[in-house]
Amino acid sequence: MSEQPTSGNEPAGEAPLTPGAGWHRAGGEDLTKPRRKRRRGGGGWGSGNREAAMVPDAEFSSYYGRQIIKSPTWKNPEVPIYFFMGGAAGTSSVIAALAEFTGRPKLARNAEYAAGVGALASVVLLIDDLGRPERFLHMLRVFKPTSPLSVGSYILSPFSALASAAAAVRLLDLKPVYGLATRVLPFLPSISGAFPVLRKASAVGAAAFGGPMATYTAVLIANTAVPSWHAPYDELPFVFAGSAMAAGGGVTMALTPVDEAGPSRKVALTGVALELAAMHRVEHGHGIVSEPYSIGKAGKLLRAAKTATVSGAGVTALLGRTRAGSVVGGVLLATGSLLTRMGVFEAGMASAKDPKYTVIPQRARLEARQAEAAARAGTDDPHEAKSVVR
Amino acid sequence: MTTVSSASPGLSKDTGVVSGNRLYGPLPDVQGEAGYETDHPARVGFFTDTSVCIGCKACEVACKEWNTLPMDDSHGTKDAMGLSGMSYDNTGQLGANSWRHVAFIEQSRAVDLPMPVFGRPGDDRQDIGQPVNPITPTADSTLNAQTSVLNAEALSEFDPQTGQSGSDKQIRWLMSSDVCKHCTHAGCLDVCPTGALFRTEFGTVVVQGDICNGCGYCVPACPYGVIDKREDDGRVFKCTMCYDRLTDGLQPACATACPTQSIQFGDLDELQARADARLATLKGQGVETARLYGRDEADGVGGVGAFFLLLDEPEVYGFPPDPIVTTRDLPSMWRAAATGAAVIVGVVASAFVGRKR
Repeated sequence: MSEQPTSGNEPAGEAPLTPGAGWHRAGGEDLTKPRRKRRRGGGGWGSGNREAAMVPDAEFSSYYGRQIIKSPTWKNPEVPIYFFMGGAAGTSSVIAALAEFTGRPKLARNAEYAAGVGALASVVLLIDDLGRPERFLHMLRVFKPTSPLSVGSYILSPFSALASAAAAVRLLDLKPVYGLATRVLPFLPSISGAFPVLRKASAVGAAAFGGPMATYTAVLIANTAVPSWHAPYDELPFVFAGSAMAAGGGVTMALTPVDEAGPSRKVALTGVALELAAMHRVEHGHGIVSEPYSIGKAGKLLRAAKTATVSGAGVTALLGRTRAGSVVGGVLLATGSLLTRMGVFEAGMASAKDPKYTVIPQRARLEARQAEAAARAGTDDPHEAKSVVR
Repeated sequence: MTTVSSASPGLSKDTGVVSGNRLYGPLPDVQGEAGYETDHPARVGFFTDTSVCIGCKACEVACKEWNTLPMDDSHGTKDAMGLSGMSYDNTGQLGANSWRHVAFIEQSRAVDLPMPVFGRPGDDRQDIGQPVNPITPTADSTLNAQTSVLNAEALSEFDPQTGQSGSDKQIRWLMSSDVCKHCTHAGCLDVCPTGALFRTEFGTVVVQGDICNGCGYCVPACPYGVIDKREDDGRVFKCTMCYDRLTDGLQPACATACPTQSIQFGDLDELQARADARLATLKGQGVETARLYGRDEADGVGGVGAFFLLLDEPEVYGFPPDPIVTTRDLPSMWRAAATGAAVIVGVVASAFVGRKR
């Protein structure tokens, strides 16, 4: 903070004020800070926080090491499972709609089941996460584009309704289910001729919301103050899109005979490529804020995710045209997708907990801005500007 | 009558001073943006001058009593009592059950040269132009400082919270009463999917307890870590700036209880002017480390309704040094998500093209 020139009003008998006036946490070594060699010269125990920020692992100040932002209160693993379900169901619904019209009845059926189950599970998981589940419908009393959860509610509601409708009509193809349903709804036989149209319309409707269903959850977590979620806001939607394709392609591939599952294999493999590429940028492109993705529990989960995803892709590419190969590959891909969501979730939680991920990037940003301002203010005193940049 | 909305100003249709989206940046009429008629009351706020805070926690007590907040420990656990193990601060943090939090930071610094004083620096100084104490005309400036803590002259020549300990070491306590900032661009309000969080006619941000469904989105959206969920209740809670008192023409409980006027309540314009003057006074007295926090309307949250005068870096007090409302980047996020969704549809569609197998 050397942007403040000394005023000449310093108390007599003191050395010229150091930036920050030399104050630092009392009590000797500050256990909340990373261990660091004492600065030579400069008098006293050093000025604490000043030379932080430009390099990761630099010294930074905090209030007794406490976190600055609050950790998300979302349930774990319910919420990452919800992200996974939404992605798998979203991709499956798009696959289902296209399979309906390209003569792939078994793929269409299985994708509709996958989408319906995923959609219903998503609703249950989302409501379960509320502090007041009975007030779920309050989500629909306003529409706010600034709230990804509001937008998401308006994506999830029609998506889950249509996807489960398509799956329900599909269930009526099964004789016992039809018999049971007819006993409850006696008018069913009179409209049974409309079933295929109803099913296809529902499937197409669900597919329209399938893509947004898979990616809005990335915006949901990126639009927070959680450093490791917010910083990669341009990449996380692509991680989630890729992961959703890997999961949706994998699940439908595992369920469907190989001669109809060609599109699922292609979707899954493209998804893996997109996920790995986007995830690489999340893990390496954001300085210190990328760190939580490679350490601790998140790092373990994401390494496992990568192993599952890559081996799943390998099995799919090599043995995807065999029944066993497509089942193993599909399960591995879905597992990888789930682990990715869990890893991303954990990385955010870890970055919320440690104040350094909040303080260091913000201080760097602040000092860069001050340096820029000083440079713009004039070149008459380059020394001053330089001392700000350090 | 315009409908008062819980939407973010980024969505209001009339064009204001700021062009483009108004998800960040200065916002001169924050109530007008939320749909209030032009005759709404002035925007109010807190100016917390930490240089005169004595750490008495009267604000915390007044807040708990007025708002009937439950007891909690330093980690926000309700109905629990426990020591934080750090300084005098057993409140620990802001949360669902603590809407004021007095931070205590004990600092020391080495003094390079022998100080030509006993006791606090400045104690031996004859204050020129200082009115002579009528009771004891020979009283030194320390007594003046004690009898008139807000008198700027009495605080001259020494850091307001400095004491002397030993010959080569000075000790000071930084004390600061933290509170919800009532941001111009409030992340919590922006992301609330139910409209439970809304902008009041006073420009403050309040949770409607009968609407909140406990989705918890506001909790990680706050760049200051203010709002939190009360686990056994399921809903979120935070400072209302005593909305109930404001509507009755009263000051918030904390500002009313503060014995040193460290917490000052009033119209935001007036508080900002007062804070600028106070900062100039302190700077003039050589308190180089004094700075205003949250005063700048061009900052990442468009300036805050509850701002501070600090004597050290914000992060020392547990504040984020350069907070930015997360929704500033939301247009970019939505673009990425829309592109991602289109990629899914495109990839699936192209997977169905070509030979059937």
